[in-house]
Amino acid sequence: MDTVEKIVEDFASDIALSPFSSGTSLREMIRAIRACKTAAEERAVVRRECAAIRTAISENEPELRHRNMAKLMFIHMLGYPTHFAQMECLKLIAAAGYPEKRVGYLGLMLLLDERQEVLMLVTNSLKQDLNHTNQFIVGLALCALGNICSAEMARDLSPEVERLVRSREVNTKKKAALCSIRIVRKVPDLAENFMGLAASLLKEKHHGVLISAIQLCTELCKASRDALEYLRKNCIEGLVRILRDVSNSSYAPEYDVSGIVDPFLHIRVLKLLRILGQGDADCSEYMNDILAQVATKTESNKNAGNAILYECVQAIMGIEATSGLRVLAINILGRFLSNRDNNIRYVALNMLMRAIAVDALAVQRHRTTILECVKDADASIRKRALELVYLLVNDTNVKPLTKELIDYLNIADPDFIGDLTVMICSIVEKFSQEKLWYLDQMFKVLSLAGNHVKDDICHALIVVLSNTAEFQGYSVRSLYKALQSYGKQGSLVRVAVWCIGEYGEMLVNNVGMLDREEPIKVTESDAVGAVEFALSRYSADVTTGAMCLVALLKLSSRFPSTSERVKQIVAQNKENVVLELQQRSIEFTSIIQRHQSIRSSLLERMPVLDEASYLVKRATATQTTISADKLAPTVTPGSLKLPNGVAKPTSAPLADLLDLSSDGAPASTVASTTTPNDFLQDLLGIGGVSSSTTGVTSTASTDILMDLLSIGSSPSQNGTPVTDFRHPGQAESKPVPAVPEAIDLFGSLSPETKPTPVVPQDMDLLDGLSSNTSVSGLENTTHPSITAFQSATLKITFDFKRKPGNPRVTTIHATFTNLTSSTFTDFIFQAAVPKFIQLRLDPASGNTVPANGNGSVTQGLNVTNNQQGQKPLAMRIRMSYKVNGEDRLEQGQVSNFPSGL
Amino acid sequence: MAKERRSVESLSDLWRAGAEQAHREVEDDGVEQQRSKQAGRDDEMTIRFVLFVNKQGQTRLAQYYEHLSLDERRALEGEIVRKCLARTDQQCSFVEHRNYKVVYRRYASLFFLVGVDNDENELAILEFIHLFVETMDRHFGNVCELDIMFHLEKVHFMLEEMVMNGCIVETSKQNILAPIQLMEKTS
Repeated sequence: MDTVEKIVEDFASDIALSPFSSGTSLREMIRAIRACKTAAEERAVVRRECAAIRTAISENEPELRHRNMAKLMFIHMLGYPTHFAQMECLKLIAAAGYPEKRVGYLGLMLLLDERQEVLMLVTNSLKQDLNHTNQFIVGLALCALGNICSAEMARDLSPEVERLVRSREVNTKKKAALCSIRIVRKVPDLAENFMGLAASLLKEKHHGVLISAIQLCTELCKASRDALEYLRKNCIEGLVRILRDVSNSSYAPEYDVSGIVDPFLHIRVLKLLRILGQGDADCSEYMNDILAQVATKTESNKNAGNAILYECVQAIMGIEATSGLRVLAINILGRFLSNRDNNIRYVALNMLMRAIAVDALAVQRHRTTILECVKDADASIRKRALELVYLLVNDTNVKPLTKELIDYLNIADPDFIGDLTVMICSIVEKFSQEKLWYLDQMFKVLSLAGNHVKDDICHALIVVLSNTAEFQGYSVRSLYKALQSYGKQGSLVRVAVWCIGEYGEMLVNNVGMLDREEPIKVTESDAVGAVEFALSRYSADVTTGAMCLVALLKLSSRFPSTSERVKQIVAQNKENVVLELQQRSIEFTSIIQRHQSIRSSLLERMPVLDEASYLVKRATATQTTISADKLAPTVTPGSLKLPNGVAKPTSAPLADLLDLSSDGAPASTVASTTTPNDFLQDLLGIGGVSSSTTGVTSTASTDILMDLLSIGSSPSQNGTPVTDFRHPGQAESKPVPAVPEAIDLFGSLSPETKPTPVVPQDMDLLDGLSSNTSVSGLENTTHPSITAFQSATLKITFDFKRKPGNPRVTTIHATFTNLTSSTFTDFIFQAAVPKFIQLRLDPASGNTVPANGNGSVTQGLNVTNNQQGQKPLAMRIRMSYKVNGEDRLEQGQVSNFPSGL
Repeated sequence: MAKERRSVESLSDLWRAGAEQAHREVEDDGVEQQRSKQAGRDDEMTIRFVLFVNKQGQTRLAQYYEHLSLDERRALEGEIVRKCLARTDQQCSFVEHRNYKVVYRRYASLFFLVGVDNDENELAILEFIHLFVETMDRHFGNVCELDIMFHLEKVHFMLEEMVMNGCIVETSKQNILAPIQLMEKTS
């Protein structure tokens, strides 16, 4: 909106500078614009012209109006604002002459839209013109009405249009019929007024009238069930006759398109027949013959003919056709598919997608051809074909199809690899009855297109790996081999590093050899070397880096001989600029150096991941369309979605997920900001999860020491099972109820001693980190709900939730309550905030607020305060709604936000 | 497409008016606002827009049958023009974009693009484009880019006779041109 103002200001200055430019003609202006070398020059010319036009408008020069409108249209087309000329359009429309009206209406349609108030003013002029004696002027008004009519105008002017549909002039008739489409679309209640009219129009001879009438019928069918039934009963004969006439008629010069009479009419009739025949056997039977005739007799060597055939096939697929007719249709598609013209192949693929529901077997016959289309040079065709292949896959053909697709990954277009990979992954997952096959395919995809494999796919793979002990050895060896040759694929590196860390000894000892495997010789130092290489290569990627560090730490315990080397590698990262890596490095060094006694138990293999709960989790995650690459932070909203809005002790699967997101695969970069405090608590085993999931309920005391000492009570306070595996230290813990778990953990920390001596040990680890604990306490403070707005009619309350880890972000849950006795409809809530705040509104739960406070509408607002702590939240709000059809507007300012938001 | 309508100006006014009253220390130089999505039927129409674009990507004619703000239009034109112009002659004439399809055809230096619903018969739209070009040819005699620029309003009149509210209304060149010829005779 700034630009608008700026332009307005510039206009003012330009008017003063160049008084003569009003004299340029349209041609001169276009030449001047075309001569512009840069966008800035063009803007300057347009500004000058606009200024001149505004002067002309203000000086009310009627002789320039026509020309000015033409110029404005050109300026509008270039994408500049032209709203200042709206009133000019109205003046032109009100003029008596046809040319003025013509330009005026055109301007109206281009420069205005139905949402502008100016439209209200034009209704009267439209009404006069609709009643004009000159058919051309009536035509203009109808055309304008058909393009811009709003619901109110539709109600006001519907009688005029109905009358004009009955007019004797064909031009008026056809335009009135099309105008009715807009009216019915805006006010579906009016549909029944037009049913009879539409049916009677089908008896006309003029093609323009017919095509308009048919489209009106189509619209009526969509608008009302009654109309559909009425048309089925009364029009089917007429339509079949029209189609027969037009397809049998000999040469008609005016409507001829490469030897075919009016393909457009053909197509519209076929479209309507499809709608009428859908789910209606009688209608379908009635049109069988004519469809067969069109399908067999239409020439297919020209585009026009193919367009008709295409529509005919669609009709056959849509209606309750006989099997003979269906065979005919599928054969046409087969012919299309083998056509050399890409357009024809594209529509064939498009059509086969629909045909698959009707006759899957027939489509399967074309599988090879479709698979070829996946490899086509044309992106549109590839995309269609790939979607079709996905639908074609079943248990019997999944293996050869996947092989083809994966082979194609090698040579596919870089732009296409992303789509292709997603598709292959979902096929492989969907048909993964054989674990080994699934693993093999996934490894291949990771090797060839690892950079395109989404994080959730990797997570799923790791869950499967963790659950199939018999293939873990095979997997880690395959991944190790793949890592040697495809080290550039990000996801492959992550999965491989995780596996090497977990199953390192299987790699070295060739545990669990499969028959088909060739033994490979990998030394302990090779394994460490592979991870080290990955770490050096992916030092920029925090997640991969962190995973490498964890893997190295685990390897140091698996292979004692490499311990010293690992220590050096880990120590190199002590000064890493990324906090996450630096912290891990310092902690891990400490583990290697000072805690030899607990190291081996600390670094045991991860427990088997619960597949079922992961799948459930993932399904909900996809439902809420939370992007998978932010998996770690999504844990919080996930838990908040529990029915009562508060995290419950059901977070065991959450914990599983959490561990995945950091050990199994990428903890997102966002996670790194949240980890510091989690970490602490992880190490101590006091339910790091609970602090993030119970964000709403106040967490247990933030005093780490106290937690440590009163270990037995703190988990029960949190009421959450302590199963955060984020840190390898907890690798051996299992998702069992909280209290025993915590104790168990400490038991394993120092097996021979009593819990008390543990404290100093752990305090080492906490050095320099304790400052974080206070933060974690602050973040989780809850804020009281406020009444953001209250008037005699409406009350709005805000509830607040903070995102742990990001204090700037607040989720506001707004509840709207109607205090009056009449229902509010079309309720819309709008909010504006100052620039340092970002606001995102979720869709409201509804747009009707019931009367007397019987229920309410809720809406979520996400607010990010970029100056949190310095400036308070502020918000201006506006509510618009309708009471008994009357518009109401209320606005207010919310300044009583709790401090600290 | 009426999903997110922005009433930028009115809302910014709203913010400003209140700011003056409240004398608060808030920066009113910019306002971030967003309006909740409105539930409503996605208007089904066959043709959503007709665009002429030259080889350099400059718009030469634009007619929309659904309301888009200037910014949305610019973004859309930029995106689809980039997509279509990058394609070769051998590739098919259909490009999927957002939730609709663009059917395009190239005549010399001009691209004719028509945005349609996914349900629309693409081949028929190709015929429609051709019919439009033939109609212009009949009127201008071997139509070129300059004809369209200098007679923009006439091209719009033709389009108006052919398409109303996104529906094809007339396919006979003679009928399409009749009112235009009439107007030329009288003036």
